[in-house]
Amino acid sequence: MSIPKPVTTAEVRMRVNGVEVVRTIEVRRTLADFLREDLSLTGTHLGCEHGVCGACTVLLDGQPVRSCLLFAVQAGGHEVTTVEALGTPDALSPLQQAFVEHHGLQCGFCTPGILMSAHALLRDHAHPTDEQIREVLGGHLCRCTGYQGIFDAVRAAAGLSPRHPNR
Amino acid sequence: MGTRYFGERVRRREDPRLLTGRGTYVDDVQPPTLLHAALLRSPHARARITRLDVSRAAAMPGVALVLTHADLPPALQEPLPKLIPHRTLIHHKTQYALAPGQVRHVGEPVAFVVATNRYVAEDALEAIEVEYEPLQAVVDLEAAVQPDSPLVHDDMGTNVCAEYTQRVGDPDAAFATAPHVFRERLRMDRGTASSIETRGVVAIWEPKTRELVIHDSTQAPIWIRNYLAVLLDLPQNNVRVIALDVGGGFGPKIMMCYPEEVLVPHAAMRLGRPVKWIEDRRENFMATNQEREQIHDAEIAVDDEGRILAVRTRFLHDAGAYIPYGLIVAIVASTQLVGPYKIPNYECTFKAVFTNKMIVSPYRGAGRPHGCFVMERLIERVAQELGIDRAEVRRRNFIQPHEFPYDTGLIFQDNAPLVYDSGDYPAVFEKALEMVGYADWPARKAAAATEGRTLGLGIGFYVEGTGIGPYEGCRVTVEPTGKVFAATSVGTQGQGHFTSFAQIVADALGVDVQDVTITTGDSGAFSWGTGTFASRAAVVAGNAVALAAQAVRAKALMVAAKMLEARPDDLELAGGRVFVRGTPDRSVALAEVATAANPLRGTIPPEWEGPGLEASRYYAPPRGTFSPGCHAMIVEVDREIGAVQVHRHVVVHDCGKIINPLILDGQIQGGVAQGLGNAFYEKLVYDADGQLLTQTYMDYLLPTIAEVPKVEIGHVETPSPLNPLGVKGAGEAGTIPVPAVFASALDDALGTRITEMPLSHSRLLEMLLDLEASRGGHADAASGDGGASP
Repeated sequence: MSIPKPVTTAEVRMRVNGVEVVRTIEVRRTLADFLREDLSLTGTHLGCEHGVCGACTVLLDGQPVRSCLLFAVQAGGHEVTTVEALGTPDALSPLQQAFVEHHGLQCGFCTPGILMSAHALLRDHAHPTDEQIREVLGGHLCRCTGYQGIFDAVRAAAGLSPRHPNR
Repeated sequence: MGTRYFGERVRRREDPRLLTGRGTYVDDVQPPTLLHAALLRSPHARARITRLDVSRAAAMPGVALVLTHADLPPALQEPLPKLIPHRTLIHHKTQYALAPGQVRHVGEPVAFVVATNRYVAEDALEAIEVEYEPLQAVVDLEAAVQPDSPLVHDDMGTNVCAEYTQRVGDPDAAFATAPHVFRERLRMDRGTASSIETRGVVAIWEPKTRELVIHDSTQAPIWIRNYLAVLLDLPQNNVRVIALDVGGGFGPKIMMCYPEEVLVPHAAMRLGRPVKWIEDRRENFMATNQEREQIHDAEIAVDDEGRILAVRTRFLHDAGAYIPYGLIVAIVASTQLVGPYKIPNYECTFKAVFTNKMIVSPYRGAGRPHGCFVMERLIERVAQELGIDRAEVRRRNFIQPHEFPYDTGLIFQDNAPLVYDSGDYPAVFEKALEMVGYADWPARKAAAATEGRTLGLGIGFYVEGTGIGPYEGCRVTVEPTGKVFAATSVGTQGQGHFTSFAQIVADALGVDVQDVTITTGDSGAFSWGTGTFASRAAVVAGNAVALAAQAVRAKALMVAAKMLEARPDDLELAGGRVFVRGTPDRSVALAEVATAANPLRGTIPPEWEGPGLEASRYYAPPRGTFSPGCHAMIVEVDREIGAVQVHRHVVVHDCGKIINPLILDGQIQGGVAQGLGNAFYEKLVYDADGQLLTQTYMDYLLPTIAEVPKVEIGHVETPSPLNPLGVKGAGEAGTIPVPAVFASALDDALGTRITEMPLSHSRLLEMLLDLEASRGGHADAASGDGGASP
C-alpha cells in the first residue's frame, strides 16, 4: 500500500444544454459528478453508480448514456443534454406533461433518466411500437411506480391511443 | 360551496418541479466549502479489531478528519437509542456510531473520513491500517438458537433477545380435539427496500449562532432532530432537520439513528464546515436495514366443513446484529397473521434472534407479508386436504360485515387492542374473484393445457393495520395574498402529500387547490410529529390537516362576519372569497380577511385566539384503522426454464374514503411490483461466513417493466368510523399478499406445495425437477411435508 499519487488533471471543454463550458478537472471525475457538482445541474441523479438503474442517463451527442459510467473527460468535445434542457415547471415538454397526466412518477428520483431515454426514443421514432417503448424503459429501474404510469405517459406523448384500462 | 377536491384524481402539484430536475434531494444540497465523508466498513461478519491505525490516512492531502470509536466524545461512544422498548425485549442491544473493538455484521462502520471530495475520502479509507481477528459468525437462524451456537453479543449468554407469546381462547384444547390438524413449516428470506435514492446526510453548522441544519433522507425528521439535540447538547430550536424531497423510503429510511446520521453532524460541528455523506449502492445493500427473514412452524385445526377451530404459529424472527427498532416486525407478523378470518383459538409465539447480519427494521409490509403468507398457505392446505374449493374455505371463515368492530383479542404494535374498525370482506373477495374470472377458471386453465401451456390462478386476502398513533399535527395559514400554506412534519417519499393534503385544505377553505402549498418533512416549518411509516400519513397527518383547515375556516368566518356585518353562520367560503349566503355581492376576499385578522393597530377580540388566519391542530387516533384487500393473479409457467410470467394481477382494496384515486392506484401498482420482487426476483444472500453475496443490481434483481403487469384495481369504500375523514391507509396494500398469491398461483399451475419465499427461476426449476423425479416413483409425493429444500 502506498499513498495515492497526486491526481492528474485536465482541461475539458464541452457543450452542456447548448452552453459551452470549460473546466479543469481531475481526470477520474465521472461525467455525473461533473454535471452535478461542477455545473450544479442536480437534475441528473445517481442511483447505483454501476450502470444498471439508469437514473443518471443523459444524452451524449443525442444518444442516451449512463453518466455514472463515463468520465467527464470522455465527454470532452461533445454535446451533453440533461433533464434541465427539456422544459421548465411553467413550460413542460409534451413528454413531461404526459408524465403528470398519467402519474408517471412518485418520488421522482429515477424520473430524469427515464425522461432522457424516452425523449431520445420519441425523437427517433415518431410512432414507436409498445415493444420499442418497453425495450427502452427496460433499461431503467423505478421502485415506486410499477412502471405502468411511465409506459402510459410515453405512449401518450407518442400520440398513441390509451390502452384498455385494465391492460 | 366551491369545487370539491376530495375524492378527485387531482394531478400532482409536485410533478412539474420533479420532472424538470428541480427537486431538492439530499445530494442536491451543495453549500459552499462542503466536505465529503466516506466510511470504512467491516469486511467481516464477526471479528475483533486487533489494530486500527489511521495516522497515514489522516496525514493525506485533502483529508480533514478521520474518526474511530476512540476519537468520539463519550456521548457518541454509547450505543445509539433504544427506540421502541417492549417488556419481553430483555436484551435491547443497539448499534454504535463506530464499532468499539468488535464488529457484528459486514458493513458495520469502523472509521469515518472527511475530505475535500468523495474521491479523496475513499483514497484515505485505503490508507487506514486495520487488522481483524475473525470469529465464527452466527448466520443460520435455526443454528443461532442452538445451545452451542457462537454468540453475537457475548454478554447475553444466548442469541435470543426476546420471546413473546399471545394467546386467544384455548388453542391447546382446540388442537387436542379437532377433527383435522395440518402443519406447515414456512420460510421467508431477506430482501431490501432498495429505494433508488440511497441514504444521505448533509450537516451545516453555524458556530456563531450555534445552529445546526441537517438535510437527511430520513422518513422521520422530527425524531432525528429530537435525538440529535440531546446527543449534541443543543436546544431543539437550534437543530433543524429537513427532508425536502426523498427518493423513495419504504421503511428503512426511518431509524433514529443510523451511525452516519450522528457522525456527519458531529464532524460538521467539529470542523466548522458543512459535511456531506451519500451512501453508495454497495453500502445500501450491506448497511441499510433489511427485512423478511422468519421461519414459522404453523398449524391449523378445522372441522369437517373447513371452519377454523384454531391456529398456532411458533416462529423465529431474524433481528440481525442489533435490534434498535424493537419487536415491531415480529409483533406485526404474529398479529396480522389472523387476517380476515374468525379464529376462536389462536396462539403466536416468537423468538427474536440476533445473527451477524444487517439490522432488521420495517420494510413495506413490515411483518404483514409473513403473516399473510402463513395464514393463506394454511387456508389453501385445508382446501386441498378436505377437497373443498379454496374460495369456499375462505368464505366460510370471513368475519362478516355486521360483526364490526371486531376484537381479535390481540395486542397490536402500538400496544393498543387489535380491533378491526370496519369492513366488508365478502364484498372485497367476491369482487376480486369476479374481476379475475374465478368461476370459469378451471375451463380456461384446461383449455390452455390442451395448447401445452401451464397456467395458474392465485388468490390471497389480507388485512392491513394502518394509521397508528401517537399523533401528527399541522399548521394552516392564509397569508395576506390569499395563498394558503400548510405545514406538517411527516416526510414525503413520493406518496403525493403535496397534493392530497392540499385537496383537504382547499375543500375546507373554498380555494383553488393550486393556491395551497404544502410543506412536509421540515422540523423548522412544523416542530412536532412522529414520521411517515405504517401507512399512516394520510390517516394521521391527513386528519390533522383537516382539523387545522377547519379551524382556520371557522376563524375566517368570524373575522369576515365583523367585516361584512353579518353572522358567521350566514357566511360561506368559495372561490377564495367569503360570501353572505344568498347575497353574493356582499363578499370579501380571503386575502382581505387575512389582512384584517392581523391588524397593525386596534385590538384583537379574545375569541380570535390570536392574530392571523392561522391555526395548528393535532390528530391522535385512538388506535389503528384496518384496510382489507384481496389480490388475484394469473401466471404462466415455462416448465423448461422455471420462468414465470404474470398475465394478470387484480387488486380489490378498501381503504375507506379515498382522497385521490390517482395517487392511491399508483401506490397499489408500485406496491405490487415490490411484492413480485419479494416473491420471485429479490433475495439477499449471505454465505455461511456472513458475507453478503448480493451487493449489486446484477446480483439482486429489482423487477423491471418486463416483469411487472398492469394491475387491475377495484375499490370498495367502507369508511373508518375512527377518524373525521373516514380514511384508512393504503401504502402497503400492494405488497403484502403478493408472495402468498404467487405461491397460490404456482400451486394451482404445477401441483406443488410452495412453502418458501422468495423463489427464483433457478429455485423453481429445482422444485420442478424434484417434482418430476418424485412423480416418477409416487403419484403425489409432491405434497410431502415441510420445507421443500432438496
